[in-house]
Amino acid sequence: MIKAAFDIKEIRQQFPILQEKVGDYPLVYFDNGASSQKPKIVIDRIKHYYDHENANIHRGVHHLSQISTDNYEIARKQVQLFIGAEHEHEIIFTSGTTEGINLVAQSFCKNLVKGDEIIITEMEHHSNIVPWQMKAEEYGLVLKYIPLLANGELDWGKLDELLTSRTKILSFTHISNSLGTINPAKEIIAKAHANGTKVLLDAAQSLQHTPINVKDLDCDFMVFSGHKVFGPTGVGVLYGKEDMLNAMPPYKGGGDMIKSVTMERTEYNELPFKFEAGTPNIVGGIGLGTALKWLSSLDYEQVQKHEAELLDYATKQLLEIDGARIYGESENKCSILSFLIEGIHPYDIGTLLNQQGIAVRTGHHCTQPVMEFFGIPGTIRASFSLYNTKEEVDLFIAALKKATNMLK
Amino acid sequence: MAIAEKEQALIDDFSIYDDWMAKYEYIIELGKDLPQIDNALKTPDREIKGCQSKVWLNAELKDGKVVYTADSDAIITKGIIALLIQVMSNESPDDIVEAKLNFIKEIGLQEHLSPTRSNGLVAMIKQMKLDALALKMTA
Repeated sequence: MIKAAFDIKEIRQQFPILQEKVGDYPLVYFDNGASSQKPKIVIDRIKHYYDHENANIHRGVHHLSQISTDNYEIARKQVQLFIGAEHEHEIIFTSGTTEGINLVAQSFCKNLVKGDEIIITEMEHHSNIVPWQMKAEEYGLVLKYIPLLANGELDWGKLDELLTSRTKILSFTHISNSLGTINPAKEIIAKAHANGTKVLLDAAQSLQHTPINVKDLDCDFMVFSGHKVFGPTGVGVLYGKEDMLNAMPPYKGGGDMIKSVTMERTEYNELPFKFEAGTPNIVGGIGLGTALKWLSSLDYEQVQKHEAELLDYATKQLLEIDGARIYGESENKCSILSFLIEGIHPYDIGTLLNQQGIAVRTGHHCTQPVMEFFGIPGTIRASFSLYNTKEEVDLFIAALKKATNMLK
Repeated sequence: MAIAEKEQALIDDFSIYDDWMAKYEYIIELGKDLPQIDNALKTPDREIKGCQSKVWLNAELKDGKVVYTADSDAIITKGIIALLIQVMSNESPDDIVEAKLNFIKEIGLQEHLSPTRSNGLVAMIKQMKLDALALKMTA
């Protein structure tokens, strides 16, 4: 497909919310790590669905139900093509990354026995820690982790030590939500596979910045959320290799996931429906398909170049501020800038930035172990997306200087 | 002065500030001026959960009135506690429990009132009222 040239003005026009004001100030939205804004094409698609297509799917013989079903399944195909999966039925729609990880933790661990081992890392979001802790407790599994290093990278050299004949799964994040570090996914996956260990890749922070091809990476599972990739909230994807998904029991029971039900027993449906009990987030799936189609029209290389320039520009200016310290200093980093100003609590800065129209996230970013590692209560996180500009970085830095002056 | 009168005094104080900066500079000053509390009082049972910053609250009964002292590691949070202490300290447990605290909205701090995980104003007020109630029971 021929990609259009990256025109930031033209891109910004596609995002109506970027014109909003916060009090007297123009909105500067730097909380993209938490959720991205939506292009008009996605918003219009959602409205079109409710205006013209709304009905339940996979059941009705009537016109609307068929249109809805077709469009929902087209969205599944769009996801498959976007991430390069072998089969459509390897795409399971979920409510988001958290549900995807919980699904795998629940269903995959059911086939494990006491003493089997799981590896995660110290930089994981709580959603890639807690589900494994719950299963470890329930089945007597051993949970190990790859430790962090001071520059915000993981000590992957420890992987060989941690892998044993009992290591059944390694679950790690592709990009750290609180530090921005990009992990060398392909290399790590190959190492795990050489040990016979399966791999789940948390790609919640990835697709908005970098393409992922699951066949090339060879991950066994991959999860992401719609709302962080310019799609709607409440929808996400679990990709799983066909044989992996077939070998796992469903974890939710209900409609759509069955072939037949008697009062004595149930025969489960085939993939992907086995894992999609109940009426799904139909419009969410369709909106996500539209968002990914929109993202495909852009050239990732140009997006990455633009975001790298923003990160570099912001980093340099930030470091000129007295007492600024950046957390996450890997050379291999995406456009997430986590920092503190010495002697000032991140909440105070966040509050005063908000007064000036700047949306950042403050706190532990659902990665308390990372904060504990650095011995800090939290950070201020500015996370840039493809629609952000250098002019917005200037506004952010000016607002930050004003805030620090008031707080010192 | 009754709680409602103290609230009105604060509303009057804040009415002279017409922009957010002046308002927050005043809150920051209040935070800085709040008397230090003894580090021995910063115990886990005095910590208010639900705040992004750490907040410690101590309540004691003196001559039938509740006297609060508090601290926080974030200065704006400390300033907001200072406002609450200004209004509620040295009042009877009953008056504290009944206090409506409309001044928060009136002085334009309502954004701190939303029960999100990022701020703890709601948790602070709840704890101040619970402490007052507990002191009344033990009195």
